[in-house]
This record gives sequence, structure tokens and C-alpha cells, in this order.
Amino acid sequence: MGGISRYIVQRFMLTIPMLLILLTLVFLILRVMPGDPVSAMLGGRNVSPQLMDEYRHKMGVDRPIPAQYIEYLSGILHGDFGRSFRTNKPVVTELFMRFPATLELAFFGLFFAAIFGFGTGILSATRADQPIDHIVRVFHIGSFAVPLFWLGLMLQVIFAVKLGWLPVASRLGGRIAFTFQSITGFYLFDSLLGGNTKVIADVAKHLVLPAITLGFAQAGLLGRMSRASMLEVLDQDYVTTARAKGLKERVVVMSHALRNALIPIVTVFGLQFAILMGGAVLTETVFSWPGVASFLVRSIEARDWPAIQGSVVFIAIFISAINLIVDITYSFIDPRVRY
Amino acid sequence: MTRMLVKGLDWIVRKVTHSSHALRKQTILKIGLITVFLFLLVTVLAQHSWFTPYDPVYYRDAPRLEGPSIRHLMGTDQLHRDVFSRVISGGKASLIVAFGAVALSMSVGSILGWISGFTGGFLDRSLSLIMDAIYSFPSMILAITLVAMFGAGIGPMIWAVGFVYIPTYFRVTRAEVLQVREATYVEAIHAVGAGNVRIILRHVAPNTVNAIMAVSSFNLADAILTVAALSFLGFGLPPPAPDWGFDIQNGQKFLQSGSWWLITFPGLMIIALSLGFGLIGEGISDLLNPRRKRKRI
Repeated sequence: MGGISRYIVQRFMLTIPMLLILLTLVFLILRVMPGDPVSAMLGGRNVSPQLMDEYRHKMGVDRPIPAQYIEYLSGILHGDFGRSFRTNKPVVTELFMRFPATLELAFFGLFFAAIFGFGTGILSATRADQPIDHIVRVFHIGSFAVPLFWLGLMLQVIFAVKLGWLPVASRLGGRIAFTFQSITGFYLFDSLLGGNTKVIADVAKHLVLPAITLGFAQAGLLGRMSRASMLEVLDQDYVTTARAKGLKERVVVMSHALRNALIPIVTVFGLQFAILMGGAVLTETVFSWPGVASFLVRSIEARDWPAIQGSVVFIAIFISAINLIVDITYSFIDPRVRY
Repeated sequence: MTRMLVKGLDWIVRKVTHSSHALRKQTILKIGLITVFLFLLVTVLAQHSWFTPYDPVYYRDAPRLEGPSIRHLMGTDQLHRDVFSRVISGGKASLIVAFGAVALSMSVGSILGWISGFTGGFLDRSLSLIMDAIYSFPSMILAITLVAMFGAGIGPMIWAVGFVYIPTYFRVTRAEVLQVREATYVEAIHAVGAGNVRIILRHVAPNTVNAIMAVSSFNLADAILTVAALSFLGFGLPPPAPDWGFDIQNGQKFLQSGSWWLITFPGLMIIALSLGFGLIGEGISDLLNPRRKRKRI
């Protein structure tokens, strides 16, 4: 086997124990720690002990832990994540219905982060130690400290309530939501297929504030890194050479320096996905975005135990898959990375 | 007052980092330390009723949902309470949980890291794998799930947030142990007959202190945000108590009517405190790695 394919196989094999540990962790947290799911779910409500026992039996939590563990793992292997108490549908169905919404939000969040991050980073690096550089750097450092849910609410107050430019929340305006037929679950894609400009504009408008909110913290981090990376590249001899040849500064920065500066940053991009999923919890809650993360929060509020476990497992599998893809992509970009 | 404070902190930092006049040019570090100190001071004082202009919990004589005015600097909420009084006393849970969680994760993570790095072999491999698994999972989601399991309140939040940060300290100390273990002087004392415990306590631990200090400042900054998010989602202190995250959740209900002051001010407090811890982290990182400062990252 060649280098790359062997690496991919090895990396894939490494994902299995990692995923197994994550799944075991979820199991331990939710089943073995004090307080069993049934009393957490029904506790405080006026329920007879007999009914609690009946529920325990129904959920299988009255059986020995090892048996539960094996059942849990084989369930996941068969794609069976249990049945939601709230909706009485399989958790997998619920999750796959909401997954496109989360992916769409994450994609545009990263998109905003990239544009804003690289933009401010380059601006700052090319004007190092000038006033604009100081302002941008303060913004980069300060952006870490902004709570996402607060930012989302502030954007809602300013752009939706006060100015009335953009909708407050959800994915579609009321009237359009009645007639809109989604095929893939990615609303922007679907609306583009439909070709109705009114619908496209409505979907896009609903995406703006959530995407900015989700991408904000990433924007600061990317900006900071692209500034540092750009400064380093601008010191290199080939940049001096390009300038000495009489090229315009814009050409030097955009085509000579930028490409090399981006290499180290691209790798971090994928690793941001875990943080992005964490941010999605708050963003989806604030904007009533019907995604996987807000489903988890709703399930926690309703103490819908199978749904909580299913969502966490789903997110764990998703994160492992993303990490695997990022690592493999990186090995194509940078041939030095081999195990 | 400020001068005394800076001098005192200068002394502490000098003791810890062994560099003279460490704080002299560290503007960022100073701003961070002063911010955090002020927050601690105000939060502690504001728990007493003589310090806040109005009672943050039971106050009924003000108009309902009124914007900022001279009498009520940050306006009033739907229960006629003074937002300013609530905002200055609302940091209690955040500060307790942040410090508690970081102390918890620091002690557990470091000890596991030392043991793992020193023992090596199967234990090291499995611990590293477990820590990597926890680390790869979105910390916010893990914290929320844990709090849902433990129940709301300060104690459960400390456990949940603390658990999430354990891998960070594990990684830092383990890396340091692996480096120090190979050093010639450690080999030498080992040959002289020093035991593992002695080597860890006398030689490995002091070497990890600096890195841990920087990491814990960043963790504190992150913990403030996590606690705020947990309170916002309703897992924090029970309702009448003033709390930034909870007050923002409460203000969300009156957002459509344009009551911006209910969410703006608690949010600014969260930013300022988190930024304060973040700046301390930046400052310490600059001290530890002067090249970093010159590169102006």
C-alpha cells in the first residue's frame, strides 16, 4: 500500500478506540453516575413507585450495568438510538431531520469567520503598529470574551427590533414557511433550486444574524492567527524580492504572501468544529434554530433521557468523523504529516 | 491603592517567575490583574445591602421596566428592581464556580498528568486516549449534559465545568513530565537514589507551574463564559438571586418591546471579567515566552 492510503487506514483504525471511549464516557455519565434516568425524568412529578418501576423496566435500566452497556453499543451499531419520550419518534429520525439545519448554520458561521478573520488579519498585518492595527488587535483579543448568547441577543435588539432590517429568529418568515417545500433540509440550497427570489432572500436574511453570532469567536481566533502568520511571511526574502521587482503592494500581499500565510491556518480550521458545535447550542437556542444542538437543550429541559443520550452520541460520532476527515485532508496538503 | 496592588502583584509574579521587575512593562498583565481584583472586591462588597444602592432582590418602589435614568443608572426590570444593583452583585456564582472548577480540574488533571507521564506504558496510553476523547468533545455540550445530570446550582456547576477542563491540565503536565524526565539532572538525582515522588515534587512540579498559570488564566476566562451560558440556559442559581446569565435570560422576554438595558449591562460585565482573566493569561504567556511578545501575536 502506498503512503497515503496506509495513513488513511491507520488513521481510521485509530478513530475506532477513540469513538468507543467517547461512547463509553457518555454511557458512564448518563447511566452509572448517581440518579437514574427514570427518577431524573419523573422525579418531582406525582408518580407512583410502581409506575417508576414500570418505566425502569421499559427503558431497561433495571438490568445489570454490563448487560445495559452491551445493549447500548449494539443499539448504536444498528443505528438504534432509542425512542424520544416527548415525540415518541425514533431519536435518529429526529436528529437527521434537524441535522441539515445545524450543518447549514455551521457552514455559514465558518464562512463568516473566514472572511472576517482573514480580512482583519491581513489588514492588521499589512498596517502593523498603525492605529488600525491596534484597533483590530484589541478586537481580536476581546472577541474571546464575548458570550455568544449575549451577542446574538444584542444583534437581535439592534438589527431586528430597533432597525427592523433582519428577522429576529427561526429559519423562515411566517407566510413563506407555509408554502415552502424542503427537499434536502438545507434551506438555502432548496430555495436556490426553487428559483423564487423572494424565498431565497427570506432564507438568506434569516441566516445572517445566527451565522455572525456563531462565527464571531472563530473570527477573532482566525484573525489573530492570520495576522501572526502574515507578519512572518512578509518578513521572508521572497516577499522582499517581489517588492524589489517593482510589483504593486497589493499583488505582493494577495498573491505572494497570502497563499503561504494561509497554509498553517487552514489546518486549524477543521479543528474548530468541536468549538463550533458548542457554540451552536447557544446560537440555536437564542435564534430558535431547529437544529441538533437546540434539540439537545429542549430534551434536557424536558428530561427526555433517550433523546439526550442519542443527541450526545450523535454529536460524538459527528465530531470523530470530522476529525478524521480533517486529518486525512491535511495529509494531502502537507506531505510531511505521516505516522 | 492601585500602586500598592501592582507592587504586591509584582512581588508575587517575581517570586513565581524568578525574573526581576517582571511586571514593569507588562501593561496587559496589569490591566488584567486590576480588572479581576476590582471585580472580586465589588462582588464581595455587593453581597451586603449597604453597598448596593437598592436591594437587588426585594425592591418594589421603582417604576417597572424603565430605561436608564439618574435614579436607576441601568434602568429597572419587570419586577421593579434596580438593574445596577443586580449587576454589581450578580458575579458571585460566576466567580465561585470559575475558581472552584479551575482548582478542581487543575489538581485532578495535573496529578493524573504527572502519574501518566512518569509511569508510561499501558496506563499512560489509555489515560492519554481517554483524555483526548474528552478533549475532542465540545466542552459546552459536555458541561450542559453533566449539569443536567447533576442538577442545577453552584456545586453541580463546579463539578461539571471542572470535569471539562481536566484534559487541558493533563496534557500540559504530561508533556512537561516527559521533557523533564529525560533531562540529565533528573537522571543524576535518580541515580543518587531519589524516589519518584521526590522527583515529581521537587523537580517536575516547579517546572510545570508557569505553564499551568497561563493555562488556568485562559481557563478562568472560558469558565466565566461557560457559567454564564449555563445560567442563561437555566442551570444556575435559583431565580430571585442576582446572576448575570440568568438576568440575560430574563431580559430576553422583554427584548421585543425594546428593553435593551436588561441584557446589555449584565453582558458587558461578563465580557469585562472574562477579558480580565484573558489578559492575565496573555500577560503571563508573554512573560514566559518573550519571543511571542516581540512577534506581536
